[in-house]
Amino acid sequence: MAADPARLTRADVEHVARLARLSLRDDEIATFTEQLAVILDHAAQVSALDIADVPATAHPLPLSNVLRADEVRPCLDRAEVLASAPASEDGRFRVPRILGEAP
Amino acid sequence: MTIVSDAGSEWELVSGLEVHVELASTTKLFCGCPNNFGSEPNTNICPVCLGLPGSLPVLNEVVVEYALRVGEAFHFDVPERSVFHRKNYFYPDMPKDYQVTQYNEPICSRGWLEIDGTRIGILRAHLEEDTGKSTHVGTTGRIHGASHSLVDYNRAGVPLLEIVSDPDIRSSEQAVAYVEELRATLKAIGVSDVKMEEGSLRVDANVSVRRAGSTEFGTRCEIKNLNSLKSLRDAMDYEARRQILLLEEGESVVQETRHWSEVELHTQSMRSKEEAYDYRYFPEPDLVPVAPTAELRAKVRAEMPELPAVRRARLIEEWGVSEKEARTLLGVDGLADYAEAVVALGAPGRDVTLWATQDVLAYLNASNAAVSLLDPATLADVLSMVRDGSISRNQGKDVLAEALAEEKRPRDIVQERGLEQVSDEGALIAAIDAVLAANADAVAEYRAGDDKMRKKKRGFLMGECMKALKGQGNPQLLNPLLDARLEG
Repeated sequence: MAADPARLTRADVEHVARLARLSLRDDEIATFTEQLAVILDHAAQVSALDIADVPATAHPLPLSNVLRADEVRPCLDRAEVLASAPASEDGRFRVPRILGEAP
Repeated sequence: MTIVSDAGSEWELVSGLEVHVELASTTKLFCGCPNNFGSEPNTNICPVCLGLPGSLPVLNEVVVEYALRVGEAFHFDVPERSVFHRKNYFYPDMPKDYQVTQYNEPICSRGWLEIDGTRIGILRAHLEEDTGKSTHVGTTGRIHGASHSLVDYNRAGVPLLEIVSDPDIRSSEQAVAYVEELRATLKAIGVSDVKMEEGSLRVDANVSVRRAGSTEFGTRCEIKNLNSLKSLRDAMDYEARRQILLLEEGESVVQETRHWSEVELHTQSMRSKEEAYDYRYFPEPDLVPVAPTAELRAKVRAEMPELPAVRRARLIEEWGVSEKEARTLLGVDGLADYAEAVVALGAPGRDVTLWATQDVLAYLNASNAAVSLLDPATLADVLSMVRDGSISRNQGKDVLAEALAEEKRPRDIVQERGLEQVSDEGALIAAIDAVLAANADAVAEYRAGDDKMRKKKRGFLMGECMKALKGQGNPQLLNPLLDARLEG
């Protein structure tokens, strides 16, 4: 396959890994760049099709309006939930120092 | 509106607002946890809003109905279908590490709201889930300098509607008017309690400036942490001045998010990392599209209440009140309903409006009583007695205050206090004649005197008549009778 300028690069993989908070070794970045590029190339075959008349699919199931009544359901027991957390304090989840305001 | 800078040049502020409204459904957006403010921390949580593996969100049908009401109220187009996306970011206030929101297919698009004859475009209104609440532990209570943070997920998953205006706003006053109208309307259609102090209505302001007359948009900054209308006005005015100063010094405005400090009265950069803006939106696979049916839309349309703008116009037309009086009346929860009930008992609308917004409101503020519990007949009776002259206006105010505070009938109070005015013509004439006979000198001076003297003597004689009637003479009858006797 000829080199495709739109092909996934090492920099793309590093960027996505950083966004996903994944710490990858150099050899892993190389492996994933190659493997992900193959997957994307495969998916790119769709763009060879004429899909002008095909409506966009938001969901694989031909369903809409799956709704529930606005009725209260039982909640979880707080002590039980917090017991599963790495740390808690004052009935709340305790988390490490936050480094910036919410996005 | 033009802003004149210290350097003397003319500028214009350009703003669009993002308003987040918590919808007042009984349960959360995608799960059956109660949607309550002020519960004990982490008591309204379940696998769905905690993002536990294997949980499946299901959309609340009432939230769809509320969004459609908003669609009707602000003249939105409601597309055939809308879709939920995942907005991915790492932050402890979202346990799932993504927020479910609507992205390129919102439930409402292209609406508008009119402020004093100016139409403010609304780009879109989309549904999304609220985040949890973090408390920062440390000396300042702020994020910087905290040792760690504590998170309460009661608010995570509470339904939000984000209403995004076009950059059509041209002054901080207009921004405040826009939010006020939005709030009043959202409240009237029953979709939110719109309490800024409890965070159920939150505003972010995009602000830029440009030279007066220019049609290009300048670089904008987004201001967050606006917890009141005063903060909104102050922050926008501050930010406009900051940007004008930068530009006049030949510098440029950096597009960024800025935090308003209510204490220091300035905005400061939040210095978010660039990559934080790469949210990698993708369609939420656990939720199917929402396609409001024609039946549902027709039902919502049929159930829409009268909107505040329409109601104001009706009261101005039917009761002859001013725009300002109508706004004051509608500005207090339930007061307009109360006033309409008093008017239904036969009292004139304008009188009712003035008494309701002054005397009744003063009582409500002082007593913390609920307006919905007041008997409309109380004010109707007082106004009827004032109108037919049985009691004076000032006596009416006293009687109303006592009737409201003691829950007594106004007519009983008038009887108890012996307040009923003397309106019997014979009794009034007898009193006047006695006073004139006893003050012959004054009468002579009145008849011989110039305007100034006549005025003085007439005032004296009127006072004597009132004294003789123990203050209970009906002045509207007494005045012309006295004049007739003096001239006679």
